[in-house]
Amino acid sequence: MQDTAQRKTPMGLIVAFWLLVGVPLIWGVANTIITAAALFK
Amino acid sequence: MNQAVTRGGFFSKERITAGPGFNRWMVPPAALAIHLCIGQAYAFSVFNKPMTQLLGISESSPDDWTIPELGWIFSIAIVFLGLSAAFAGKWLEEVGPRKAMFAAACCFGGGFLVAALGLQLHQLWLVYFGYGVLGGIGLGIGYVSPVSTLIKWFPDRRGMATGMAIMGFGGGAMIASPLSLKLMNAFKSDTSMGVTETFVVLGVVYFVYMCIGALAVRIPAPDWKPEGWTPPAQQNAMISRNHVHIDRAIKTPQFWLLWWALCLNVTAGIGVLGQASLMIQESFQGMITAAAAAGFVGLLSLANMSGRFLWSTVSDYIGRKVTYGTFFVLGTILYFLVPGMGTGGHVALFVLFYLVILSMYGGGFSTVPAYLADLFGTRYVGGIHGRLLTAWSAAGIFGPVLVNYIRDYQLQMGIPRSDVYIYTMYVMAGLLVIGFICNMLIRPVSAEHHMQTDNIAGEPIAAGAK
Repeated sequence: MQDTAQRKTPMGLIVAFWLLVGVPLIWGVANTIITAAALFK
Repeated sequence: MNQAVTRGGFFSKERITAGPGFNRWMVPPAALAIHLCIGQAYAFSVFNKPMTQLLGISESSPDDWTIPELGWIFSIAIVFLGLSAAFAGKWLEEVGPRKAMFAAACCFGGGFLVAALGLQLHQLWLVYFGYGVLGGIGLGIGYVSPVSTLIKWFPDRRGMATGMAIMGFGGGAMIASPLSLKLMNAFKSDTSMGVTETFVVLGVVYFVYMCIGALAVRIPAPDWKPEGWTPPAQQNAMISRNHVHIDRAIKTPQFWLLWWALCLNVTAGIGVLGQASLMIQESFQGMITAAAAAGFVGLLSLANMSGRFLWSTVSDYIGRKVTYGTFFVLGTILYFLVPGMGTGGHVALFVLFYLVILSMYGGGFSTVPAYLADLFGTRYVGGIHGRLLTAWSAAGIFGPVLVNYIRDYQLQMGIPRSDVYIYTMYVMAGLLVIGFICNMLIRPVSAEHHMQTDNIAGEPIAAGAK
């Protein structure tokens, strides 16, 4: 099977792929912000 | 479709050359999948304390490892990051991003597993070899390999594209730190600190994630360009349409001026980053608790990460040289102003100034691949970037040593703890002035260094935004 496609990349695949990296990143950032909140207490 | 697509093995460049309908926005998450994993390196310190109690469990036993012994794990990893990025750069340009990213996944994920074996057998040399050597090689190859691919996919927005990937390296620690703590807590028992099990889980998870990135990555066809985009007719003199061979690039003054500019920018930032918690507590004695200082470190990490994306995106509009010039001018001013904020008790301004400084530290990393592509073309930019990263390794030694040495010297001279960072900040400002001069001296690469057109093998012509 070839990896390259003649057809357009499905938008759902692009969104899913961004979520795959975006969700852990947002989780990490949220954790950091919670820690950082201690600076303003 | 390019006929070459039908040839070559699973990892070959031909196999991953994108077809006409491929959407380039699939590539940044592939790069992020790599950088988010290898960014774990910045969070390695969360393992230090538990690793000093592997035998004693409730407290360190005489046979347990010490913090100085464990400190070498991270140092070895950073040394091998620099070495592998420098020496493997040419190789990864030849084999393409999929093979390089897969190799990085094997080294980084495998490094964790070898280190886990070292923890299980309580053999420190095996941990040095696993995380330090193997993991460090994975870091170096993984850091460089997606960057040149992104530059080729986004000739119209080089800075933004590389900023997205390199932002992931800053963000990786934010994921790894809480994840590692949660895993160690979950695996902790009366007979185990949970570190070995955590290493195994992280090794497998990072391997899988990085492999997803390697499978998804594509390179553009030689004649590809973004839909509706044409290279600007009026080309910026600082953006070359030519390519310079990797071995030739390091013989140019531009390479070494940029090496020093990066090194000095990183030295100024890394020294602060390593001492941030101690520095804010000593600068505002009695006002900042340890928890608040940890919050300050967290904010600096956020500034470091977001600066990687913001500054490199800005560089697409104002140019790389002006962006680097801004780092040095603004950085110098802020380093001169920071001591006044400390002695004056202005915590908010102190924090704000450091956030800007750390955003520029991150911005230096993310803007430099696009700066290199502008100067040397895109053909060997990954390899040239790898060699330039030796500046990072050097700064990793200079920065902390400089800050620690000056601090200790000031304390020995009897200067109050709240004032010991004043001189350090002035030294940092001085370094940035030298960096500014290096940046100002950078001119377009002389035509004698350019590759001949028939040697370039149909690579797309380097061009980009202003």
